[in-house]
Amino acid sequence: MAFEKMKLKEIEVWDGNMAASHAMRQVQIDVVSAYPITPSTPIVENYSKFLADGYIEGEFMMVESEHAAMSGCIGASAAGGRVATATSAQGLALMMETLYQASGMRLPIVLNIVNRALAAPLNVNGDHSDMYLTRDSGWIHFDAYNPQHVYDLNFIAFKVAEDHDVRLPAIVSQDGFMTSHTAQGVRTLDDDTAYNFVGEFKPMNDMLDLDHPVTHGVQTEEDWHFEHKARQHNDLMTKVFPKIEEAFDAFEKLTGRRYNIVETYHMDDAEVAIVCMGTSVETAAEVAKELRENEGIKAGVIGIRVLRPWPYKQLQEVVKNLKAVATLDRSSPNGAPGMLFNEISGVVINLDKRPVINNYIYGLGGRDLTKVHVAEVFRDLKANADAGKLTTPTQQFIGVRGPKLSYL
Amino acid sequence: MGEIKKIKNLKEFSTSADRFEGANLLCPGCAHSIIVREVLNATNDDLVLSASTGCLEVCTAVYPYTSWDASWIHIGFENGSTAVAGAEAMYKALKRKGRLKQPDREPKFVSFAGDGASYDIGFQWISGCMERGHNIMHVVLDNEVYANTGGQRSSSTPIGGSTTTSPAGRVSYGEKQNKKDMVAIMAAHGIPYSAQVAPNKWKDMVKKIQYGLEVEGPVFINAMSPCTTEWKFDPKDTMMISDLATDSLVFPLYEIIDGHKLNITYRPKTVIPVEEYLAAQGRFKHLFKDEYKHLIKEWQERVDKQWEMLQRREEAGV
Repeated sequence: MAFEKMKLKEIEVWDGNMAASHAMRQVQIDVVSAYPITPSTPIVENYSKFLADGYIEGEFMMVESEHAAMSGCIGASAAGGRVATATSAQGLALMMETLYQASGMRLPIVLNIVNRALAAPLNVNGDHSDMYLTRDSGWIHFDAYNPQHVYDLNFIAFKVAEDHDVRLPAIVSQDGFMTSHTAQGVRTLDDDTAYNFVGEFKPMNDMLDLDHPVTHGVQTEEDWHFEHKARQHNDLMTKVFPKIEEAFDAFEKLTGRRYNIVETYHMDDAEVAIVCMGTSVETAAEVAKELRENEGIKAGVIGIRVLRPWPYKQLQEVVKNLKAVATLDRSSPNGAPGMLFNEISGVVINLDKRPVINNYIYGLGGRDLTKVHVAEVFRDLKANADAGKLTTPTQQFIGVRGPKLSYL
Repeated sequence: MGEIKKIKNLKEFSTSADRFEGANLLCPGCAHSIIVREVLNATNDDLVLSASTGCLEVCTAVYPYTSWDASWIHIGFENGSTAVAGAEAMYKALKRKGRLKQPDREPKFVSFAGDGASYDIGFQWISGCMERGHNIMHVVLDNEVYANTGGQRSSSTPIGGSTTTSPAGRVSYGEKQNKKDMVAIMAAHGIPYSAQVAPNKWKDMVKKIQYGLEVEGPVFINAMSPCTTEWKFDPKDTMMISDLATDSLVFPLYEIIDGHKLNITYRPKTVIPVEEYLAAQGRFKHLFKDEYKHLIKEWQERVDKQWEMLQRREEAGV
């Protein structure tokens, strides 16, 4: 039976996993090589069902580990076609070696990461410690805050990654369970519109072009390794953002939905702001609105939409007039300030006027971040802004049992 | 199915159009390059190749050079088999979708890996590829040691072999474990074809490679690759050592079809003692001390038993 297109409602009730699965179906991936792991498993299961029901024309490799999943993706991508997979947590950790290989070989693979804590202790719930592993791996990284974002950002990820000026793999991350298993209304694209937005895959240095043999994955030692890595870094620093902007613009034109490299909520006249990722962005935005109304705090929220390349200049524009900033990391830094604290500090360090910055570690292993927690953070920020200096420790833990933990 | 290449004699075979260039960094006398050339020259079909990290990989694709005139990929140490499996999956997908650039050509997918990358670190990946039934051939360049990193033991290293991590010493005769029987393990996956080959028996090699490339489904080939550096013999003696290995039956040549039907493909006219094979290599030198001589006897008994087992399996035909 020939593969068929699917008729979708204008708004479907999907969780983040289903949104990712449908986006993967609609872009007509040539090879998916995957291994199931909670909480990303339904992406692979949904895709298997689409295949079983005749909605997938491509190949599906159900392999024996996440390392093999990405290895299969690399071989398939180098052969010359559209490739994607999905994983979480321990699976991502096992896959890590191959993430560097995929990006170093400039293969435009799309990886859906459904966030989950890293063991030990074993935990299946969402936090950002797994995706923090990927920061230096040379992948473009988009972060979704809800199922609609997961769906939309998948199309954008393929479009940017496969652009011949970019040729780098891309991650779309979503919060385990909070996004991946929470059904919400998702505005859909019909199959043709979705496919046409990304377009037909255009191969480059494809192994299957039998008249033009190509060698992939060479050895370079001290004589050439540095140049390769420098070129990759250069392309991430200079070529990716313009392509992301282009894709965001085109997507807005098509759907009316606007994405930005740095997302801002209530930031026009904000004096204090929270920087965070994932589902927490929406929670924080709601609290900011309430505190503006109820307590007169000029609160705003900065959501990291693109974690890599790191939007250094874009963030400078957003934070330069703030008095105090809280960086919220959903990952234990294990002996250091959190990643967002360090990277935001880097953003402001050479500005004429710098906000006071502190750091909160929260939500590990799926612990809820409540509106009460977020309100406390904004009140800390207000105190720091009024004092013009830290009135709190540099780093605090939110919502952990026992005496309050704070450091530095 | 493409047309099977006819090869009349060694001269013609060795002068076939090379898709593996002599310009590489492998040691003089290294059997890897001989085996790779034999595999590639056995067919006129288009090839998509991979190599796992190891001697072959580091010696043939050092930027900005390549020794490969066929598409080739290296990812890492453990995953060369899965790399070509991915490429083969892409071939199937693009064929179905009508997007192949040369739709009338059917490339063959072959991965090369050492014994370390196959018996040890890549074991799971190869097992996965065999179980899933990809239309690929995995060729082990079996030199019984991690040669690329300076001669550490692998699970292919035979008992008594002195390596840098199982050295012979005052109180040790070297490697303590038996060589892993990979051909049997791979055959146990029920794959259509698994076989053991040796570079000196090139006609046997060509027959097996041609059969393996034509058959539908995963194929496992274990190629004995004498290592002048780690086995410690003179580079000019590679073929002599190979002859000793096949004629002493330390490396018996056989094939297993559909996971069970075993055929012995080479029977030496005169079987030579294992002792002669061991004596020709520095890695076994210490076995000839008085206190270890019983190991040579035990080795001969093991080889005899193995040969008997192979013959019985062949007779049984099941």
